[in-house]
Amino acid sequence: MLTTMTRRLTLLLTIAGSLSAQVTFDRLLNAPKEPQNWLTYSGNLMSQRYTPLDQVTPQNVKNLELKWLFQARSLEKFEATPLVVDGVMYTVQAPNDVVALDPVTGRIFWIYSYAPSPLSRPCCGRINRGVAIAGETLFMGTIDAHLVAIDAKNGKPLWNTTVAKAESGYALTHAPLIVKDKVIVGVAGGEYGIRGFIAAYDVKTGKEAWRFNTIPGPGEPGHETWKGDSWKTGGASVWVTGSYDPDLNLTYWGIGNAGPDYDGNVRLGDNLYSSSVVALDGDTGKLKWHYQFSPHDEFDYDAVQVPVLADINWQGSPRKVMLWANRNGFFYVLDRASGKFLLGKPFVEVNWASGFDETGRPMRVPGKLPSPEGTVIFPGNQGGTNWYSPSFSPRTGLFYIPSWVNYSSIYLSGKQEYTEGNRYLGVSPRSVIGGMLAARVNTRKEDEGYGAIRAIDPMTGDRKWEFKMNDVTDAGVMTTGSDLVFSGGREGYFYALNARDGELLWKTSVGGGVASGPMSYSIGGKQYIAISAGNSLFVYGLRE
Amino acid sequence: MRLAPLSLLLALPAVLLAQHAYTPADIEEGGRLFRTNCVLCHGPDGDQVPGIDLGHGRFRQTYSQAALVKIIQNGIPGTAMPPHNLEDFRAEIILAYLSSIATSGRAATGNGNAASGKAIFEGKGNCAGCHRVRGVGSRVGPDLSDIGALRRTAEIERSILDPNAEVLAQNRFYRVVTKQGETITGRLLNLDSFNVLLLDSKERLLSLQRSDLRESDFMKDSPMPSYRGKLSAQELSDVVAYLNSLKGL
Repeated sequence: MLTTMTRRLTLLLTIAGSLSAQVTFDRLLNAPKEPQNWLTYSGNLMSQRYTPLDQVTPQNVKNLELKWLFQARSLEKFEATPLVVDGVMYTVQAPNDVVALDPVTGRIFWIYSYAPSPLSRPCCGRINRGVAIAGETLFMGTIDAHLVAIDAKNGKPLWNTTVAKAESGYALTHAPLIVKDKVIVGVAGGEYGIRGFIAAYDVKTGKEAWRFNTIPGPGEPGHETWKGDSWKTGGASVWVTGSYDPDLNLTYWGIGNAGPDYDGNVRLGDNLYSSSVVALDGDTGKLKWHYQFSPHDEFDYDAVQVPVLADINWQGSPRKVMLWANRNGFFYVLDRASGKFLLGKPFVEVNWASGFDETGRPMRVPGKLPSPEGTVIFPGNQGGTNWYSPSFSPRTGLFYIPSWVNYSSIYLSGKQEYTEGNRYLGVSPRSVIGGMLAARVNTRKEDEGYGAIRAIDPMTGDRKWEFKMNDVTDAGVMTTGSDLVFSGGREGYFYALNARDGELLWKTSVGGGVASGPMSYSIGGKQYIAISAGNSLFVYGLRE
Repeated sequence: MRLAPLSLLLALPAVLLAQHAYTPADIEEGGRLFRTNCVLCHGPDGDQVPGIDLGHGRFRQTYSQAALVKIIQNGIPGTAMPPHNLEDFRAEIILAYLSSIATSGRAATGNGNAASGKAIFEGKGNCAGCHRVRGVGSRVGPDLSDIGALRRTAEIERSILDPNAEVLAQNRFYRVVTKQGETITGRLLNLDSFNVLLLDSKERLLSLQRSDLRESDFMKDSPMPSYRGKLSAQELSDVVAYLNSLKGL
């Protein structure tokens, strides 16, 4: 009798488990309705990095305590945002180990270790920013430019597709995006003279369904924006996850810098679609519209930021917009149905452009370009912001930007020959501070640049408040349903601010720089906040 | 003969780079890279390896600028010269720094007596009041135990006569005033949004919360006094000779 009951119970649990573990596309579309889970890199397909969870409040946030931590067996930066799906957390230990953890205890269910080719050469760290899930399958891009499908239950690989040639400088570093029955990725490698693309693969088979070249080929519109053969080595990479609007069936992706990064003379023209956002048909990958933030970029102003979608009341009417704080120092509001430029305003110091013409094209300041003697450009090489996730809170209506303030670099002109698989940059810019020694200890002066969370009103582009850090930041931002802002910085603090006024409400030391975005989930009615920092993943909850 | 135009073409990019105008900041950065990567074998004046004087372009054979860049990057197999992971521009500014050694001239001082210099360092000059050498002296200023291995004679001389000419970021001094009115100065060890870590003038390792401070900022000038006019030419030569002799433990 007991045995029969146990069997029934086991069967029921199994069925319930397997049903709940099927992450249909409908669930991804409705992710805000199940805030206990965190189903995509940015929390939902609008990429707002906003959680409706509100158990942790401005009043009790001071009672957060460390519940567990996971120490990665890697000394690389820990840039991944975990997913939490029906009681299991999935994250990536650099470079390419997928780890399934118990989100309550941090104990490991399984680890899938992928050994990337020794020929891989990602420019800026052997890192990964996370996985995607569809059905019961996880998807990870690898630094040797493969896309791997993994069984979410046991960590076994299901298929492995070669996306591009690692030895030419291609890599995959961002979390893939699921759109319907396809998994979408873009290629990194903008510092190696690659030709960038975004491609969609069938979630079941790994077969390529469509490809969008981020640099148009001969005969395609935009090809004329590249001088000579420069389009073949023009970069325009992709290394941060895009967004999706189901009503418009458009997927949005930020495109990286043109290459060589700092020498525009070999690639005269606007260099489409580098430093742009592209809106692609979710089924075919066909280009619907584009907007180029930095035509003919020579400052490494990748438009590799997460496209944040918001439905707001724009000048009296409801409008589907896209909010974008760009590496080039401007904050933008675009109409995401048409790509129309609605607003552009600096959110940090900018000296390369003085404003915009009526079409939304930036007006360049004469003389502000790389020169033999060096030209000081604001913002500097790392940008006014970078790949670090911003956040939009539908409650406060504010947009929160991890910002580099007072930050500039000295840009130098000069040539570099292209050779396959080697860096293709021109002459690297110099820090105004100078020297590697300055970075040894944290002794930055305020006028040499500082990090901040800046809260912007999208209606005006005006700054509402600023939370200043002494050092710069590589940390993303998350907002919550209780009006908290979570973020961190290079100094190794993780903290909570009041989303309304930026007041510091709680902080803790995580002993290493934060180079990832926070996320939140709930298990058994208890809210957790997770952040990767240094080489570990930290998870906080309220003291009981 | 037919090869000549081809090699000319191949050499062209390097020639263009060689014509790049290097700013004083480039050269300074080149100097930092030189001290980090080269000085251990070549010495601060670049003349420590027999038969080679990097500061005056003397090598065991003649090299073009492009060839020197490649040597820095790839090393010379079969010799003690190792490869270095430096991109073209970084290698070039090292060469630009080395060129500047020749034009910036030699130190005015010479023929100093290191033993006399040590006596001045510890006595009349009161240098040990701030600097430490091989475990003796104060820790408030930079430890000079290996200064002779890191710095050229001319640079050491300049630091004595004009201490503000160059202050490395890790040696910048910081001043705070607490809410109770106490002023504390010291070498800044770490500064973040919430805390200041200092080695104060009494050599205490202090951690101060910024919320407890009324004022806090970098000190504009180096706390080191200039010794111009305070030491005779011979005394200066002696101190420089002593510091030059400090090559580390």
